[in-house]
Amino acid sequence: METQTIKNEQNTTTVTERISGSEAIVRCLIAEDTKIIYGYPGGAIMPVYDELFKYQDKIHHVLTRHEQGATHSAQGFARISGKVGVCIATSGPGATNLITGIADAQIDSTPMVCITGQVFSHLLGSDAFQETDIVGISTPVTKWNCQVTKASDIPAAIAKAFYIAKSGRPGPVLIDITKDAQLDEFDFSYEKCTRVRSYNPVPKTEISSVEEAAKLINAAKKPLVVWGQGVILSEAEEAFKAVIEKAGIPSAWTILGASAIPTSHPLNVGMVGMHGNYAPNVLTNDCDVLIAIGMRFDDRVTGKLDTYATQAKVIHFEIDPAEIDKNVKTDVAVLGDAKASLELLLPLLNENSHPEWRQKFADLYAIEYEKVIKDDIHPTKEGLTMGEVLHQINVQSKGNAAIVSDVGQHQMIACRYAEFNKTKSNITSGGLGTMGFGLPAAIGAKMAAPDREVVSISGDGGYQMTIQELGTIFQQKAAVKVVVLNNDFLGMVRQWQQLFFDKRYASTEMVNPNFVAIAEGYYIKARKVTKREDLADAVKEMMESKEAYFLEVCVEKEGNVFPMIPTGASVSDVRLE
Amino acid sequence: MSTEKQLYTISVYTENNIGLLNRISAIFQRRHINIESLNISPSEIDNVSRFTIVVNMIEVDVKKIIGQIEKQVEVIKAYYHTLDQVIYQISGLFKVKSELLFEEPQIQNIIKNSHARIVTVNTDFFVLEKSGKKEEIAELHEQLSVYGIMQYTRSGLIAVTKDEMRISELLETYNN
Repeated sequence: METQTIKNEQNTTTVTERISGSEAIVRCLIAEDTKIIYGYPGGAIMPVYDELFKYQDKIHHVLTRHEQGATHSAQGFARISGKVGVCIATSGPGATNLITGIADAQIDSTPMVCITGQVFSHLLGSDAFQETDIVGISTPVTKWNCQVTKASDIPAAIAKAFYIAKSGRPGPVLIDITKDAQLDEFDFSYEKCTRVRSYNPVPKTEISSVEEAAKLINAAKKPLVVWGQGVILSEAEEAFKAVIEKAGIPSAWTILGASAIPTSHPLNVGMVGMHGNYAPNVLTNDCDVLIAIGMRFDDRVTGKLDTYATQAKVIHFEIDPAEIDKNVKTDVAVLGDAKASLELLLPLLNENSHPEWRQKFADLYAIEYEKVIKDDIHPTKEGLTMGEVLHQINVQSKGNAAIVSDVGQHQMIACRYAEFNKTKSNITSGGLGTMGFGLPAAIGAKMAAPDREVVSISGDGGYQMTIQELGTIFQQKAAVKVVVLNNDFLGMVRQWQQLFFDKRYASTEMVNPNFVAIAEGYYIKARKVTKREDLADAVKEMMESKEAYFLEVCVEKEGNVFPMIPTGASVSDVRLE
Repeated sequence: MSTEKQLYTISVYTENNIGLLNRISAIFQRRHINIESLNISPSEIDNVSRFTIVVNMIEVDVKKIIGQIEKQVEVIKAYYHTLDQVIYQISGLFKVKSELLFEEPQIQNIIKNSHARIVTVNTDFFVLEKSGKKEEIAELHEQLSVYGIMQYTRSGLIAVTKDEMRISELLETYNN
């Protein structure tokens, strides 16, 4: 290895070494403090894998069983750690298999850097073996992407990728690197990126907008906060808690905002949206000031826009200017980082407690408890419910577990009933609703936070979409607790078919395999529960296991998730049955 | 804010990077918006490109589009204007048989009255260039159609605003 020292114009010294592009890729990842990457090898990325072999004491590569698993694992890693998740794949099918996870990360603002190999640059555009236009394919679902065809361009591209992925509103970034760029040698040096001309990740917070927000909040008789993942991404949890406690504002969360403050916090009034809690949905159309913090008024949250909080003044704390007025017209927009904005807001607020207004939430909760929650978590009828499984997990974890859910009925049940004491504990696919997300995301979460209990909760449908990642769990010895709530149905679709398609269960019934045998085939301890009297013991055994554990719970076949706001209905038309 | 559909010019200042056209056009595609015309050229600032995009939309949707465009990492700034807020031109090229120049005296009057410019003449054809408003080029097209047009093409709309856009100052603030 040849080393030389170059003096640049500013008279600072940069040490350069002549190395290959593929070694440069690995060295750049190390410089960005990447310790784990998820991926799958193939022809166009083999030089990088060869370097990863040499640098395995510095970077641990996790061989997932499918590239989609690599992206979801990287997402799980990022969501629990707040760091950038990294995955790697070969060209063509390897690259296209990343797309679902990239799209998921884009809509859920998850920082991720994906590196794909590409055919030799002289073959680009010639339909060469395993060539796809991955930059073109990934453009609509990445925050930024680029193709590198020269080895010497690699360090700047990777530095820019990490900076863009994690700054401002985070997101996924893809860098496609041709094989000749991986093989060619150049004089390597690395400098982290700290700014990109034309990119303003965090808009400046106007103090006047904060003052205006404070004025509205101080004058409000019935204020309601709806917070989203922005609170977690900007690490604003403490500032957020201080704001709602000082002003005494009942606060509800979107699915990705869950766990930012503890479930048991007296001002936490539950989840909003299609399967959210009764009180915050109904009272959205009763509040006089709606304070949205780090959330984007997704249609699953707002229901019919024409009738959404039309009586309320709307304040929107948001880092992404494109979200302002996108779905809901705001009266005051506070642009900027949530933490910084909330810290500016706090001293301007009057102390308040709104006892009568908060009582309204308590009264509606009592109705929801009687009509829905009691039977969900303490059922008296025969079949096992998904809610009681969650209840048992809460009992055993004491609210300290990270819950990684897949997509479907079990996801809504998990989000409704899982109890959280710590932030970054609810990891799920919110915006894209990606079945198959749960199992690989749990692997990433467990590897990022090995000291935490990580419980993956899936339905029998989504579980089988990425079931092969049991192989990754086994090989990596990732002590993930895997729960499948099996109702032999694609439950959420079946629920809709029951309610809106006259019970025509078109292609939603599943004939399932022996899940326990499959888990055991991957050398994972496994147990199946079909009776209520065995549930508590099985969950306890699972949670006490030091290794990975698979638990299948056969739940009632036609259980439904309520409350529910049918598509196109108003949030205040939430159905309890 | 206008709730009527009308033509807007969207001006986008960007880095001169591969792939940006794809990213920007995808924003229109996702929302099912037809681009009436699109022109990309260097701008008054070195290494900064300027897109001039013409769309027929209502203003509230144009504002949302502007937000989505500005969100792209390599976009410096995007603006929108109604046609009366900009000075714009379109250029049309007409290829016509040379013999018509001599056999149809009216052709010479059409050229003269339309203020079109002859770009080239050879024994087979001549090429006319006409810059102006869309209607002026359409009118010339209509007049020449009577005699037969061998080839015709028209450029996208290019525009400068009547107001100053102060992009250089904005870039300065990015640099600091």
